[in-house]
Amino acid sequence: MKRFAPFADDVLPWLTCAGMLAALAMIFLYVPSEQQQGTSQRIFYFHLPIALSTYLAFFTVAGASASYLLQGDRFSDLLTQAAAEVGMVFCTLVIITGSLWARPIWGVWWTWDPRLTMVVILWTIYAAYLMLRMFAGDTEQTARYAAVLGIVGVLDIPILHVATRLWRGIHPKVEKMAPEMMWTLLVCLGAFLFFFCWLLWLRLRSLSQQDEVAALRREMLASL
Amino acid sequence: MWALLWKDVLLELRTKERLSSLFVLALLIILVFVFALGPEQARRPEIGAGVLWVTLLFAGMLSLQRGFLIEQERGCLFGLLLTPIDAGTLFIAKFLGNVLFLTIVEAIVTPITLLLLGSSWSPLLLLLAAVELLGIIGFSALGTLFAAIAVRTRAREVLLPVMLLPLLVPLLMASVKVTSALLAGEAWPEAWLRVLLAFDVIFVVTGWLIFGQVMRE
Amino acid sequence: MTGWIIEAENLRKTFAWTPVLQDVSCQIGAGEIVSIFGPNGAGKTTFLRLLATLLQPSGGTLRLFGHSPTDAATRRRLGFLGHDSFLYPDLTAEENLTFYGQAYQLKNAQARIDAILTEVGLQQWRKTPVRIFSRGMEQRLSLARVLLHDPELLLFDEPYTGLDTRGVATLQTVLATTKERGKTVILTTHDFALGLEISNKAFILHRGRIIWESTGHVPPAEEFGELYHSRTQSPGSPTPDPRP
Repeated sequence: MKRFAPFADDVLPWLTCAGMLAALAMIFLYVPSEQQQGTSQRIFYFHLPIALSTYLAFFTVAGASASYLLQGDRFSDLLTQAAAEVGMVFCTLVIITGSLWARPIWGVWWTWDPRLTMVVILWTIYAAYLMLRMFAGDTEQTARYAAVLGIVGVLDIPILHVATRLWRGIHPKVEKMAPEMMWTLLVCLGAFLFFFCWLLWLRLRSLSQQDEVAALRREMLASL
Repeated sequence: MWALLWKDVLLELRTKERLSSLFVLALLIILVFVFALGPEQARRPEIGAGVLWVTLLFAGMLSLQRGFLIEQERGCLFGLLLTPIDAGTLFIAKFLGNVLFLTIVEAIVTPITLLLLGSSWSPLLLLLAAVELLGIIGFSALGTLFAAIAVRTRAREVLLPVMLLPLLVPLLMASVKVTSALLAGEAWPEAWLRVLLAFDVIFVVTGWLIFGQVMRE
Repeated sequence: MTGWIIEAENLRKTFAWTPVLQDVSCQIGAGEIVSIFGPNGAGKTTFLRLLATLLQPSGGTLRLFGHSPTDAATRRRLGFLGHDSFLYPDLTAEENLTFYGQAYQLKNAQARIDAILTEVGLQQWRKTPVRIFSRGMEQRLSLARVLLHDPELLLFDEPYTGLDTRGVATLQTVLATTKERGKTVILTTHDFALGLEISNKAFILHRGRIIWESTGHVPPAEEFGELYHSRTQSPGSPTPDPRP
């Protein structure tokens, strides 16, 4: 954890800001409007990176869960917690940005397309995860239960994917993209990746500091 | 392992509380649906299938919780962990117990449901039973795993559905689709069947492997 | 592989990320009867549960009978009696024991069950559901459960609490018998007299650490009482008692 600190604390915030500014510039000044959808399509450049980040968060939760089950270390536990919280935030954003995009294009705020369905279910899995942590207290046992949930969740994803596809489908397919669009998208992906890592780091650091405070308090009480 | 299963059956025979409450709850849920949706709507095969499975889900949750609550009294779960029985075997025993109880309830509730909904059913009863069994297996696999978790935390009644339902969505979709196809007399939806089978296999194996982690303290 | 029944080295257990046991090291050989004393919250129950393999250590090493505590074979050789009886209230005494007999894969289970029920004086209650038992009777049946598979290592967590006079007498007899048969017993208790009477070794556990270990013979009860109070007399907040 300590070894990430210098990079995370000093470099990451700047990378994130720079990335975001570049992304905004490209979205509003550089990239041309899409043929069919017009200006509102630009939200796609936020929507897709956020969606990918949500999945990234989920896989982080699963990976850290496996790590915890194998090693039982506090860092893995804190990582799953931080990733789940950040993931939840991003998941909510996906739904909101998706909804804002859908209204002008499809005329509805919501529809049961496979990808949307998938994201909603993902949201509920995140919610279940956070609720488990909330209700079961902060113990090694809870960490283990949460890890099990994380792993089972990730195993469920492929099945969910197939099932929601079978169910029905109208999500816009990304066909050929003009090179400007490609570049914009890549910059946005990068910006959001930095943003995700930075948020994750901030939360992780905050959780770790809470631990340190608790330990200090215990030491103080014991030495009285 | 059979000793474990037999012990659970014996306990149930003694108290009869699990089966009776399951049965009554299932029946009530179905009635609630009929009253909420109206009998004409309920007659349609997709609705009938949906009602059947929702009932199973909620009655099933109750069954799952009971299954582990009996081990909470007097710390019996620790008694089990003390014995040479390993966690995987414990999982399979509890899993089979859950499958058994749900199957018994479904065997009685399904014909009644079909009767109340006015669907035709005689030629398909056996196939329907098979599909229900598959669904029950998938449900019990994940259910046993998460009931073991939920029962040892606060707010267990709310935590079990919250954890279980999102993960069960593919199972629910598949089971309802296959059941409604059966009831409507349509062709066998192969893709959904594969989803159902995959779900069952993956989660029975996962549960068996990971249960030890849940039991560890 | 040494001949020690229990070998613990720097055993550590955390609960809610707070250490409840730390730096606990000890070696117990076959046939020893060990008493563990300590104030509430000292970690006695936690330690015993670790030995019973009901808990896994957060750090350090533990070996039972020279093997890892996670082996199924190890579990067959030990028995644990705690505050909870581990009995199913809706089953009869006989059904409970039959179940545990099957779980431990006992041969001649029926004969063994008969014998053990007689030993704890519950023969006439064999067909009665445990729900009807008094606390004393339930503890006696729990003792029967522990002895059923004839374990080499017996772990008793405050066994004297909850026992009626008949139960205490039964327990003392059982402990004497196990001593004769060379079994190893670890027990935690608050009762200095009863504990020291049968033990050949004693520990004091305080705030998760072993603060005193007997060398040679155990001291008589009064002397021990003074020692105990002087060692455990310290102001400050007690560590929380984590009952898993």
